[in-house]
Amino acid sequence: MKLITAIVKPSKVDDIKRALQADGVHGMTVSETRGFGRQKGHTEIYRGAEYTVDFIPKVRIEVLADDADCDHIVDLIVATANSGSIGDGKLWVTPVETVVRIRTGERGSDAL
Amino acid sequence: MINSGDTAWVLASAALVLFMTPGLAIFYGGMVRAKSALNMMMMSFAAIGVTTIIWVLYGYSLTFGTSQGGLIGDFSHLGLSGTLDQVVGAEGHQIPTVAFAMFQLTFAIITVALLSGTIADRAKYGSWVLFVAVWVTLVYIPIAHWAFASQGGNGGWIIDKLGALDFAGGTVVEINSGAAALALALVLGKRDGFRRDPMRPHNMPLVLLGAGMLWFGWFGFNAGSALSAGSLAATAMINTQIASAAASMSWILFEKYRDGKATTLGVASGAIAGAVVITPACGYINPLGALLLGLIAGVAACYAVSRKYKFGYDDSLDVVGVHGIGGVIGMLGIGLLATQTVNDTGQEGLFINGSFELLTHQVIAIVAVAAFSFTATWLIATAISRTIGFRVLRDDELTGLDTTYHAESAYDITGNSNRY
Repeated sequence: MKLITAIVKPSKVDDIKRALQADGVHGMTVSETRGFGRQKGHTEIYRGAEYTVDFIPKVRIEVLADDADCDHIVDLIVATANSGSIGDGKLWVTPVETVVRIRTGERGSDAL
Repeated sequence: MINSGDTAWVLASAALVLFMTPGLAIFYGGMVRAKSALNMMMMSFAAIGVTTIIWVLYGYSLTFGTSQGGLIGDFSHLGLSGTLDQVVGAEGHQIPTVAFAMFQLTFAIITVALLSGTIADRAKYGSWVLFVAVWVTLVYIPIAHWAFASQGGNGGWIIDKLGALDFAGGTVVEINSGAAALALALVLGKRDGFRRDPMRPHNMPLVLLGAGMLWFGWFGFNAGSALSAGSLAATAMINTQIASAAASMSWILFEKYRDGKATTLGVASGAIAGAVVITPACGYINPLGALLLGLIAGVAACYAVSRKYKFGYDDSLDVVGVHGIGGVIGMLGIGLLATQTVNDTGQEGLFINGSFELLTHQVIAIVAVAAFSFTATWLIATAISRTIGFRVLRDDELTGLDTTYHAESAYDITGNSNRY
């Protein structure tokens, strides 16, 4: 099993959710987060004083997937989150040892 | 014979002007970082409490008691004695002395509250409370006497001897607070991280709400200063509206040209700058004059607030740029635009009768008030700084003053914080 973690623009979250739901993905977790990559921060102006805000708001999406489904889901997220401009975010995949559904105690793929 | 219409308007105006100080607390509170927002608001509420006590005990008496050489009142009305059955005002427009005392109290409150903005996020709370008491006594009261205590030619020197015009407090409130703010900012020094860290306003909707409360209350401030409910009050009111509206637009127009964006902080600040500039002038100039002063004030204050970075003093919420500069422009504007068609008890300015006389008097009043206020404030703040200390510890400043001084936080935004 794999854990797919994506850091995306907040404006893309709804599109990604709909795309994953339409594709039959079992579940996802989102959290608001902040950071910077190549995009760096953005500038705000208060009474003429410019402030660089280094950490800009992003959303972190986590999806657990079977090995067989992983590439497909990754492609789906990347395609949906891509606007072609700087700041679209990053995505990485990590191996997962096991998954447990807390209610039933099911393990592995059955818990997805 | 008490005039009930005039009395009703002055009573209502006193309530309107008092409403400005909580408005200022909201305006300033939104502009600072979340970690010290309550402290910022508490500074305004301390101004309400402390100033009221002083005003009742001896403040009203020292301001409006019989003038001692035009410089200060006397102790004849300690505890508001000898005022309860008295009236003030011209025959036919008399109001209870207590109504006048209440109205004037609200001016003293907001003036000292304004100063809190210059030392945001870094003043010891107890030292601020002490400062309020000393500053109102040694700075506000004398200046208010000079410019507001008219006693048939023998009252305060600015209003009765010099003959400078100041309808609602361009000197007493605006130039006074601007000059004092500069002195305070210099004594307390810069916030840690000034010019290095982003110190963004933490809640812009609060700033707009506060600006709206100030704008609303300012009608009592300016139109109430007519001390009667007639055409002079009406002129002062519409002039206040015109100047505030014009300055809010000229500020964001200048901003759009200079920085590329019209901001909400700009529109709010512009409205205040417009109300400031028209404060001394609202009862002496006509509506087109108010429009002109408003347009100038928006641009001038917008430019002025950015100068602090060049000069390197941390007037955190721009009391100098908005109130000091706005007040000076308003006082000078009277010297140019004052017309007796608006107020026959006033005088005429340079553009109306070609005489420099009034303008000269206005300049003398500006310089005298600014110099006295700056010097006295610097001495008071330095004395507090050297004895009980005025500036908080660096650690407390970085943590935020809300938990340090008030054991409270402005926001619980996690929603789950009392579950784990």
